[in-house]
Amino acid sequence: MLEKNNRKAWLYLLPAMLFLGAFMVYPLVDVFIYSFEEGYNFASQSYFGTGLYNYGYVLRDPYFMQAVKNTFILVIITVPLSTGIALLISLGLNSIKRLKELYQTVFFLPYVTNTLAVGLVFMILFKKTAYSDGLINLLITAFGGSAVDFIDGPYWAKMFVMCFYTVWVVMPFKILILTSALASVNQDYYNAARVDGTPPLRIFTKITLPMIAPMIFYLVITGFIGAFKAYSDVVAIFGTDLNAAGMNTIVGYVYDMLYGNSGGYPSFASAAALILFAIVLTITCVNLLASSNSDNF
Amino acid sequence: MKVVLDHLTKRFPSRNKKQPEDVIAVNDFCFEIPDGKLIGLLGPSGCGKSTTLNLISGLEAPTSGKIWFGDDDVTDLPPENRGVGLVFQNYALYPHMTVRQNIMFPLENFKGAAKLSKPEMEKRALEAAKLVQIDGLMDRKPGEMSGGQQQRVAIARALVKMPRVLLLDEPLSNLDARLRLQTREEIRRIQQETGITTIFVTHDQEEAMSITDMIVVMEAGVVQQIGHPQDVYDDPVNLFVAKFLGTPAINVFTGKIEGGKLFIGDDAVLPAEGQPDREVFVGVRPEGFIPDENGPLCCALRGVEVMGRDTSIIASDPSCQSDTVRAIISSEIRIDRNAPEVRFSLKPYKTHVFDAASGERIYISEDEIRRSLDAQAAAEGEEA
Ligand SMILES: Nc1ncnc2c1ncn2[C@@H]1O[C@H](COP(=O)(O)OP(=O)(O)O)[C@@H](O)[C@H]1O
Ligand SMILES: [Mg+2]
Repeated sequence: MLEKNNRKAWLYLLPAMLFLGAFMVYPLVDVFIYSFEEGYNFASQSYFGTGLYNYGYVLRDPYFMQAVKNTFILVIITVPLSTGIALLISLGLNSIKRLKELYQTVFFLPYVTNTLAVGLVFMILFKKTAYSDGLINLLITAFGGSAVDFIDGPYWAKMFVMCFYTVWVVMPFKILILTSALASVNQDYYNAARVDGTPPLRIFTKITLPMIAPMIFYLVITGFIGAFKAYSDVVAIFGTDLNAAGMNTIVGYVYDMLYGNSGGYPSFASAAALILFAIVLTITCVNLLASSNSDNF
Repeated sequence: MKVVLDHLTKRFPSRNKKQPEDVIAVNDFCFEIPDGKLIGLLGPSGCGKSTTLNLISGLEAPTSGKIWFGDDDVTDLPPENRGVGLVFQNYALYPHMTVRQNIMFPLENFKGAAKLSKPEMEKRALEAAKLVQIDGLMDRKPGEMSGGQQQRVAIARALVKMPRVLLLDEPLSNLDARLRLQTREEIRRIQQETGITTIFVTHDQEEAMSITDMIVVMEAGVVQQIGHPQDVYDDPVNLFVAKFLGTPAINVFTGKIEGGKLFIGDDAVLPAEGQPDREVFVGVRPEGFIPDENGPLCCALRGVEVMGRDTSIIASDPSCQSDTVRAIISSEIRIDRNAPEVRFSLKPYKTHVFDAASGERIYISEDEIRRSLDAQAAAEGEEA
């Protein structure tokens, strides 16, 4: 009986497994194989030999190292920053009862707005053109500063725009998750704490934070993964020639290796993709370990 | 600590557009709770029990009226300065903290001169845990404990700061029947050991009757009756109270007073001399029936259940508000199970008459009035 049920269960799972197999497992395996094949050619489907040559090439490629550096800066700055700001905004929202729903909609707008459209708005905000210096620069000069070219200018300015943009784009999702996490904390805990005269900061650190900790960890992990995968946002702001702009990301590098101007190198692309995979896997594992260890604080 | 509620009223602005009037959750509550007593606040769900508790704890501010703890007016005092311990229906134990941390939590908030050292806190926490007999479980998390154990932790957490008043909001409603019985005795014991004035909210009349010194019966925000549990049971002031107290519930018949006699249907069951004619409800406690071949009340017999000491007679009567009339008699009295009908006479002091329109009690005989006056005097004597 049990066995029969088991077989039935597998049968129900079959369609999903077929799709997963065809669109996820097979490509993964394929990429894995490509990454060890030297000089693979799409057209002739041929290669010279196997080995670690692709990895060596990618790791020595200055463009790749630049992409890794950019990606890491992006991840390290935007994940904590966006989670922190989202938490602050959510706490604020949670304490305003009346306008909560309106604000939630406002904060959620960027989420449903197309990435490229938002990218264009950012261009207007930051880009210097023949007609305008961009809104931000107008503000800077109005306060007596000197204009900065955020799109084609110094590295820090471009990095700033990219981080600003990333934080802004992930904010709505994080606020949505955190406001609902905060709202789901039973009011009785706060009442109990109030009757016991608990100061607000202690309520926050001893009750609120532990209660929503699982959601924060979820946001940090997905935030890391999302930031490591950054690509389309960068293209939206800095255009497609990211290597020239010095603003490439790892995913951008992979993409360029496949389809870009310097493209047609699936082996290098696969090696870079697997390096990214290894990085993300490591960081996710570290995160999970950290979260299970801090369960008892 | 004596607690005085002085014309306490709480209105909530309506949030429902179809029903624009305010909700009056507590309506003109006046009550002086004697020091060191266990008070049961009893009423159906939504009658304002929790709101009353929240007003006393300070979590809600009253719309009007005053609250006194002893000689202190605490009406405008925030909850942390009132010295109340509150036990929530769902316990509200912090799930990420151990039992020890939960119990110590209130102590860690002490400021200034009241501040305790760590060993002192540990000691106080252990004392509180011993009182509720969970001192062996100090390092468990709430999730690793049974409902009854969690309940004890919640009581320990409320007691550890030595509150002036202990408030329990439906503390037993999440426990299974056996545990409920055990825990309510436990609450009684703890209350008597500590001597803290305690208010115990419940919608279960049996719970309230069994352990409290005094009960307050509420309905729709209005206090119906205050008194010793037995007195309220024996002498309800209106139909609501009569129906709310007692298991099995009181049997309610539609009846009338006519020509100085009390009628159920066409049966003249009791004398009601000097009473004007009117429509009434007649409430008869299950133990108020005496099987009597010549008795005035005739009911169709449905069944007989013998339960050791007692016998339940299940009967039916067209005048009865419910389908069945339940009478409980001593099992020494034999009842013919196969008889089509059964006749009863009624014990006058187990039979209560209520005005059909207002539901207010009508005292139909002088004897009964004297009895109820005696009971009232006794209650006041003990209060003083
Ligand atoms: N915060 C509130 N806002 C509006 N109405 C409330 C609020 N709290 C309670 N009420 C209303 O007051 C009445 C009494 O509620 P409550 O004291 O919780 O009843 P009980 O504890 O006896 O079940 C109910 O009608 C309830 O809907
Ligand atoms: Mg309640």
